[in-house]
Amino acid sequence: MARNKEALVLLLDVGPSMHSVIPVIEKLCSMLVQKKLIYNRHDKVGVVLFGTKETCNELTLEIGGYRHVVVLKNLKDVDGDMVEALQKLPRGTKDGDFLDAIVVGMDMLIKMYPKANKVKKRLCLITNAQCPIKASMEGTKEEQVTTIAKQMSVHGTRMESIIVRGKLCQKKANKTTANENHRLLNIFSEETSTRIVYVGNPVSLFGALKTQNKSPHTVFRGDLELSSNMKIKVWVYKKTIEELPNLKKCYEFPDIAVPSDQRVRGYHYGPQIVPISKVALDAVKFKPEKGVKLLGFTNSSNVLRHHYMKDVNIFIPEPENKKAMVALSALARAMKEMNKLAILRCVWRRGQTKVVIGVLIPNISDKENIPDSFYFNVLPFAEDVREFQFPSFSKFPAALQPNQQQLEAASNLVEMLDLAPCGKEKALLPDLTPNPVLERFYRCLELKSKNPGAAVPPIDETLKKITEPDSNLVLKNKSVIDSFRRCFEPNENPRHKKLRRLLLEKSSSSEEDGNGDITPLPSNLIEGKVESICNPTPPQVFEAMSGSRNTQDSVVKAINDTRNKIFELIDESNDGDNYPEALECLTALQKKCIVDQESEQFNNFLCRLWNFDRNLHNFCGYFASRGLTLIPKADFLDSQVTEKDEPKVE
Amino acid sequence: MDFEHESDDPFRDDEDDPDAHLSLEKESTKEYVVYLVDASPKMFTSTCPASADDQKEESHFHIALSCISQSLKNQIINRSYDELAICFFNTREKRNLQELSGVFVFNVPERDYLDRPTARLIKEFDRIEESFAKDIGSQHGIVPGTRENSLYNAIWVAQALLRKGSAKTVDKRVLLFTNEDDPFGCIKGAIKSDMKRMTLQRAKDAQDLGISIELLPLSHPSDPFNVSQLYAELIGLEEDELADFMPSAGNKLEDMKDQLRKRMFKKRIVKKLKFIIVDGISIELNSYALIRPTVPGAITWLDSVTNQPLKSERTFICADTGALVEESTKRFHPYKNQNIVFSTKELSEIKRFSTGHLHLLGFKPLSCLKDYYNLKPSTFLYPSDEAMDGSICIFIALHRSMIQLKRFAVAFYGGSSRPQLVALIAQDEVIQSGGQIEPPGMHMIYLPYSDDIRLVEERHSEKVGMVTRASNDQIKKAADVIKRIDLKDFSICQFANPGLQRHYAVLQALALEEDEIPEIKDETLPDEEGLARPGVVKALEEFKTSVYGENYDEECEANAKPSEASKKRKAQAEVATKECENYDWSELADTGKLKDLTVVELKYYLTAHNLPVSGKKEALVSRILTHMKK
Repeated sequence: MARNKEALVLLLDVGPSMHSVIPVIEKLCSMLVQKKLIYNRHDKVGVVLFGTKETCNELTLEIGGYRHVVVLKNLKDVDGDMVEALQKLPRGTKDGDFLDAIVVGMDMLIKMYPKANKVKKRLCLITNAQCPIKASMEGTKEEQVTTIAKQMSVHGTRMESIIVRGKLCQKKANKTTANENHRLLNIFSEETSTRIVYVGNPVSLFGALKTQNKSPHTVFRGDLELSSNMKIKVWVYKKTIEELPNLKKCYEFPDIAVPSDQRVRGYHYGPQIVPISKVALDAVKFKPEKGVKLLGFTNSSNVLRHHYMKDVNIFIPEPENKKAMVALSALARAMKEMNKLAILRCVWRRGQTKVVIGVLIPNISDKENIPDSFYFNVLPFAEDVREFQFPSFSKFPAALQPNQQQLEAASNLVEMLDLAPCGKEKALLPDLTPNPVLERFYRCLELKSKNPGAAVPPIDETLKKITEPDSNLVLKNKSVIDSFRRCFEPNENPRHKKLRRLLLEKSSSSEEDGNGDITPLPSNLIEGKVESICNPTPPQVFEAMSGSRNTQDSVVKAINDTRNKIFELIDESNDGDNYPEALECLTALQKKCIVDQESEQFNNFLCRLWNFDRNLHNFCGYFASRGLTLIPKADFLDSQVTEKDEPKVE
Repeated sequence: MDFEHESDDPFRDDEDDPDAHLSLEKESTKEYVVYLVDASPKMFTSTCPASADDQKEESHFHIALSCISQSLKNQIINRSYDELAICFFNTREKRNLQELSGVFVFNVPERDYLDRPTARLIKEFDRIEESFAKDIGSQHGIVPGTRENSLYNAIWVAQALLRKGSAKTVDKRVLLFTNEDDPFGCIKGAIKSDMKRMTLQRAKDAQDLGISIELLPLSHPSDPFNVSQLYAELIGLEEDELADFMPSAGNKLEDMKDQLRKRMFKKRIVKKLKFIIVDGISIELNSYALIRPTVPGAITWLDSVTNQPLKSERTFICADTGALVEESTKRFHPYKNQNIVFSTKELSEIKRFSTGHLHLLGFKPLSCLKDYYNLKPSTFLYPSDEAMDGSICIFIALHRSMIQLKRFAVAFYGGSSRPQLVALIAQDEVIQSGGQIEPPGMHMIYLPYSDDIRLVEERHSEKVGMVTRASNDQIKKAADVIKRIDLKDFSICQFANPGLQRHYAVLQALALEEDEIPEIKDETLPDEEGLARPGVVKALEEFKTSVYGENYDEECEANAKPSEASKKRKAQAEVATKECENYDWSELADTGKLKDLTVVELKYYLTAHNLPVSGKKEALVSRILTHMKK
């Protein structure tokens, strides 16, 4: 649609101080054009370089001056050629004057679109703003910039300035120049809709330049109803939305043998499927009225960060409506001061069949030309929350708790491995961090457009900082990391002993609360660690083993192990001194076998004991005297025999 | 766990497909319940008020039945894989596997005694009271002179019904409804103590097999149920629990009736993650989905005539040769006038970043986590020592430090479906009135990339000059409103999803062939009553005047000029009405000539009659015919 067409002029500083970041700028700009090739093929892009040795622009020819500014590409529809041109930018040799470049870029836009028509005009300046701009013949630099900015505003041109600074700059910037340039660029920001982004690392530079793939739609336009009488006119947009490439499947033809009007939806109701025709469903389904209503305000502590369910919306005052702007501003500021949130009930569109409950969070603007607004996050309904229980950390045995030294090491790590140092640029700011998958995808797309068989390119080196820890940060905190490592280094030998003790403690305590399910951890632990029963108190371990949520196999294994243990005990026994212990094992085994429906296993085992050698016979006599018998069939949960065949218990 | 199933869209995340849980539910822990209902004459003669503000008295039997019925209707939606049996005791007729007298297991065809609930079971159970006297009959089972013990029999029958399934994976429960606190009251002497002992032994045997017996006593305010007569011992109540038992049992009864229809999910690990903290130190985490949007459940397409499920099939035809091919694993993306083809392998290669699942990058203060950094529901992380020793210890240490220092961790989550930056927020355990409200662990918040964040504010910034901010007085007025409309105890999950509840109600009405769809209360509507309180109205009115000025409503009306779009729409409608008159629609419809008209012509009719104009030509024609009632 023509309305959304954009004409963009890239103003790129290629002067000597920029050389180190040009590779990133190449990637960033070529990707921008690539995206336009995919999503907005009729957008026009022009490229202006400054800081070049050469001079090549129309203004030079027309009025002179404007030296070291080269129009690399005139404004034209995006094409593959432009992608390639941006991939190999020439390196300049002169200090660039960004103001000259801005004027040249504006001139290009005005010549192409003399009237303020519906094409969106945009300039994008990428520079480190380290070189002074030339003094003006008439008036101060400030006045000069103000004039240009006013012109820009008249022509409805927007500008984006991406200022490279910090580590990315090769030489220490001249403070006065930097300050002056900062002041000058701020004039643009005040006079026009200019967004200034300062970037201090290649990743942020990569993420700083954006293009709109799709024209944004409002989610809702209408009243934010505080009550039936007090309403505020708002527009609601998506603030975040996952940007994904939309790939289509090759040669797919879904085979529809039954046309849609002969099909009907079925929903499960227990084991049955209940057919519900669309007409019937439409007739009876929930049809709330469109509207955004306030339910009330609440303390911000009542909503936790992890309750947010979806991508985020933003509520802005209806454009050009001063009253709505003030009303939202008053509400937002009052809420912010009082640390309150608003709970809303929203039905965005007419005919929509679902209601959304969400939380409105004040977003106080610190820019003079941006009104206060609200973010909106969807909250879960009662049905969406799954109340799973997890053991308290304090319930874990002391062996698993960190000691003072370990706590300190962890605390140091949390404090020192800092991505947001005070006063410095914050690393990995989502707003400036590009999606490395998309970058790789677009790069792959470009490669494949030239050679369909091209292999998937490796990860971009710059973007590895997103996927892996920053080596500089790691190096800087080497001692903290080393001490953390030392404190937590897995130390095999003593731990296993601790583990055993832990097992025993746990198995007895889990008997008490009788709920194995809320303590999955100890049982997991047991699953992994107790390989065989060999310590002096097998019954408990055996119980721990089979009490855990083991697979059938390990239960069988546990039974086998217990059997072996019993045989062993009896074998080693001297005049029956081991018998009580063996009996304990046997009783535990019996109990577990009943619960696990392995009664048959137990009974077979017991019969085998009976039929064994003399030594065992003694033992059999012993346990028979203690009342241990075969598991009666009544307790066979898996038996086919009914109670009728059993003698009455009484 | 390294490779997940590839979803339809290769860049979409599929780890939380709600129906993936369905298949798992079948295997994981289930619940088997036997409802044991006393049907002695006393259950029919004793009554209690139906509800607090209702004078109508209902029999205890009726209360028990309606409670079970409600519970079944919830269960079939919430946990339809759970199984149940309904069993009456103190009955005239007997029906049970053991042929024990005084016990009757209620059932419907195509269903085992202990089985999943079916629509037919619920439907017939709802009507059981009509035929109860005739088919089952109420009769005292414990009478002097005989040694019959219906309570003993009932527990035995219940125990036998609950034989199937291992106690490890199945939760087995008996819910006993009775209003007789002393069932052996009419028996005297040694026989009584003997019967009592036998019954208690039977109950104990059942409990030893992992069956829990729960008592739901019914009583009249004037005749309280004395649980210590027999049942305290039968259900294994401790001395100190006695006092609390009756009130809590009352609540339980209420809970059974008022339960929300909510599909229950079994706690399961979504994924096991390796969390690399620093080079050489990793821990193991289990991830859980604690909050996920619930949807009405999978749709099965049925043939509209036979109501038989349809099978969906896909055929792949080679575009060049027309031959049938194997399922295509290739996808394409248009670029520079050509279609660039990617194989599935290449796509997963593009998404492959790190071998580790979760890689710690650093920490930031919590204030850096902006409210708009969100894309989808968070995932809960809890440590496990199963594969890596020390995981719990390290996790606890980090967890505690992060809470103390008010910082969150930034990590890269190298999942194979969407590699992403995530924020890990340490959450302390929150316990309220004995229940765990928030489990201890970390919540993984999926962070957007710059590509995902839109600059809405900037785009709508004022082109010239500054924006107007609220004055201090206006802010104060707003603060008054905020104080007045305060939701003190707001908690998430206080609202049921009205759309979903409506869907369940419709489903139930259709399945049970009920005439009426039960009304669902929409809890999400604002509290009109509260908003109409004078204090609130006054605060709002003052705020309104303060930000809008005196005569805002009048101004609005005056300014309510029709917008460009609505003017255009109106003009179109006028044209359509005029054009519409040029056709004899009735004639065209009768002769079947509607289809010969163009879509534009058809739309004249639709626009003139204020009907939707969307759809294909056939749809338009049929819409016109429907409207003309032809």
